[in-house]
Amino acid sequence: MKRQLPLFLVLIFGLFGIVQYFIPHEKSEWMYEFLLDWIYIIGIFALALGIWSLMRVSWDKIKHKRQNWQYSIVTLTGLFAMIFFGFNYFRDFFNSAGLQNYMFRAFFDHIMIPIQATMFSLLAFFIASAAYRAFRARSLLATLLLISALIIMLRFNPYLGFIGDYMERTALWLLNVPNLAAKRAIIIGVGLGMVATSLKVILGIERAYLGKD
Amino acid sequence: MDAFSIGTYLWTTFGAFLTLCIFSFLYRDNPFYKFAEHLVVGVSAGYFVIILWHNGLQPNLFNRLNDGDFYLLWLNSARPWYLIPGILGVMMWTRFSRKKSWISRYPIAMYMGIAAGIAVPLEMKNRVNVQLYSAMKNVEWNNFFGTGILDSGSAVAQLIILIGTLSALFYFFFSKEHSGLFKGVARFGIWILMIGFGASFGYTVMGRISLFVQRIQYVGNWTETSWAHPSVLVIWFLIVGVFALLLLLEFIKFLTKRRTAAS
Amino acid sequence: MNIFDRMMSLDRRWVFLFIALVCVITYVWPFSIPIRITEEVKAIYSFIEKLNEGDIIFLGIDYDPNALAELHPMSYAIAEQAFRKKLRVIFVTLSQNGPGMADQAIRDISDSVKLDKTYNGVFYPGREIKNGIDYVFLGYKPYPALVILGMGQNFRIPFPSDYYGTPLDSIPMMKGVMNYDQVKCVIDFAAGNVADMWISYGQGRYNFPLALGMTGVMGADYYPYLNSGQIFGIMGGLLGAAQYEKLADNPGPAIDGMRIQVYAHIVIILFIIIGNIGFLVSRRKQG
Repeated sequence: MKRQLPLFLVLIFGLFGIVQYFIPHEKSEWMYEFLLDWIYIIGIFALALGIWSLMRVSWDKIKHKRQNWQYSIVTLTGLFAMIFFGFNYFRDFFNSAGLQNYMFRAFFDHIMIPIQATMFSLLAFFIASAAYRAFRARSLLATLLLISALIIMLRFNPYLGFIGDYMERTALWLLNVPNLAAKRAIIIGVGLGMVATSLKVILGIERAYLGKD
Repeated sequence: MDAFSIGTYLWTTFGAFLTLCIFSFLYRDNPFYKFAEHLVVGVSAGYFVIILWHNGLQPNLFNRLNDGDFYLLWLNSARPWYLIPGILGVMMWTRFSRKKSWISRYPIAMYMGIAAGIAVPLEMKNRVNVQLYSAMKNVEWNNFFGTGILDSGSAVAQLIILIGTLSALFYFFFSKEHSGLFKGVARFGIWILMIGFGASFGYTVMGRISLFVQRIQYVGNWTETSWAHPSVLVIWFLIVGVFALLLLLEFIKFLTKRRTAAS
Repeated sequence: MNIFDRMMSLDRRWVFLFIALVCVITYVWPFSIPIRITEEVKAIYSFIEKLNEGDIIFLGIDYDPNALAELHPMSYAIAEQAFRKKLRVIFVTLSQNGPGMADQAIRDISDSVKLDKTYNGVFYPGREIKNGIDYVFLGYKPYPALVILGMGQNFRIPFPSDYYGTPLDSIPMMKGVMNYDQVKCVIDFAAGNVADMWISYGQGRYNFPLALGMTGVMGADYYPYLNSGQIFGIMGGLLGAAQYEKLADNPGPAIDGMRIQVYAHIVIILFIIIGNIGFLVSRRKQG
């Protein structure tokens, strides 16, 4: 019962999901809208799990004074500060005034944006280092990859003179012909894969999402 | 230039400081990096809590039930059926309990069913059918050679796309041993794929570099603002002076230590 | 140990330092580079240019701060163009940290539209754009595919109220605006697979004109959709953003960034060449 009923529910809802696409009737639309409306609410509760988990891990680290536990204080302080400002100093729970709170916006604009943007910008350095060490023309295939990458990288270089125009046209041809063919094959492959996985879920063949008993 | 406000300036200064904290990781892992990293984890989580509340539960659930009464469990509200997704949502929270986690399977089943069901016709149509259809439809036979070899609208180019797509698909899907004609087709398929990956790689380099460029612009703008306002510049000179002094002391300490070790 | 061996065993931090120095020096040194316009970007610009005053466009701010470098310039340029042309804009975000990005963009663009400006020879007097009249920011909901489908039925299903908590029914701009049918086009700024969802679940089911602005990493992957007509335009990475800024005659961080990009690319290409020479030399030595 703990497993069969959920699998049956997946089958019912899954079949409804498929069928409603082909039946644009008022009743089926009504049902469809109703279900979507509910799913958003359920989904939001699910996302709260992640935050709870982060809080628990940080708190455990502080309690047992694990390695680098001091930094977990920073994490929790950041979390609670954001909640404090986001509820407009714990005054506005049932209106959205907190979203326009000065400190709430400042924390986003001047803490979250700089750190997240910079963390990703580190990748610029790693790709430079990888270009130096890893991208070797070892075989014909690797050479094809490198040449295609070089053409794309040089397409807007203004110092190439008449080759520049040619490079730009080659780059556009490359993007619109061989690249398009490759990506189209990948899109079709992924599409078929997604349909197959969805059918497996609906038919109860794929059931990892249910967790263990 | 925008009007200068000391509040915004201080915040931007903090932002620039955090930017440098993260960049310090390129030298090696250090407490400044760890501080910034843990700070952003906490702040992002807090931010998400607020967004989920103000943009999620509050409008989609509580505002729809708020005409009911708490002590009657909102059953007297005009739309009491919204209690059901609320209850299903709470059932998700049993996920962490080892014994009761089976309860969370019901809402998950509902979500998975709907998501999978909706995906089947739409993914089939928009990724597979439309793409296969346009691979064949777009060949314009009366424009066979187009304006030249680099014309991507010519029939030749469209035929390369069609054959390339089919060969790449062939390479993906046929696990049969590639020999004879099969080998040739699969080979062409992988050539096409490699050119495609190369194009993506070229774009990726551009993408990654532009992330760094934006950070330079950010710190650059902050430096410009600092230069434009002598009052804050004085403060900066003081801070940098103190820092330089500390570094000098550290250096002297380091030199004396080395001398003692040598002797 | 010859020079190539020594170069191959160089600490990677020297590589980091070198690329950083090149970028910083190029940033400080003032010069500009020409930007070539491609059809896929121009299609988006021309589409918006042809719309009439009061028409509604829909902008999806589906990116987090980590993609702001490439996507903020696009959304700023397009939203400013729209507001100058007195179009009305619906903003939405399906990315977790997107609300803050959209909130920041709306504040900055409002400030910019207040100023008198001339774009492409046309003078636009400054004006104040008002929430609920000139634009609506719907806010954020998780699970993009389902939200896109929900909005196709009615914006009010996923978004009973906007980001700031005002019920959609009491917003003047949303009167009579039910779903994508009342919207002239959707332009999605995407960092990740939200773009696929807009194609499969949005355009594929509700048939609205869709264009994509996306990060460089995804830039090459969406040409098949352009070829099949599922999307009418692509802006890929900083290059796409710079092209749009040039078309809109509104130079910003993207055009400024492209000149740094040129030199950074030259350095990376040099790295690849040096690495390959080293590789060839050592291979020849081995045998």
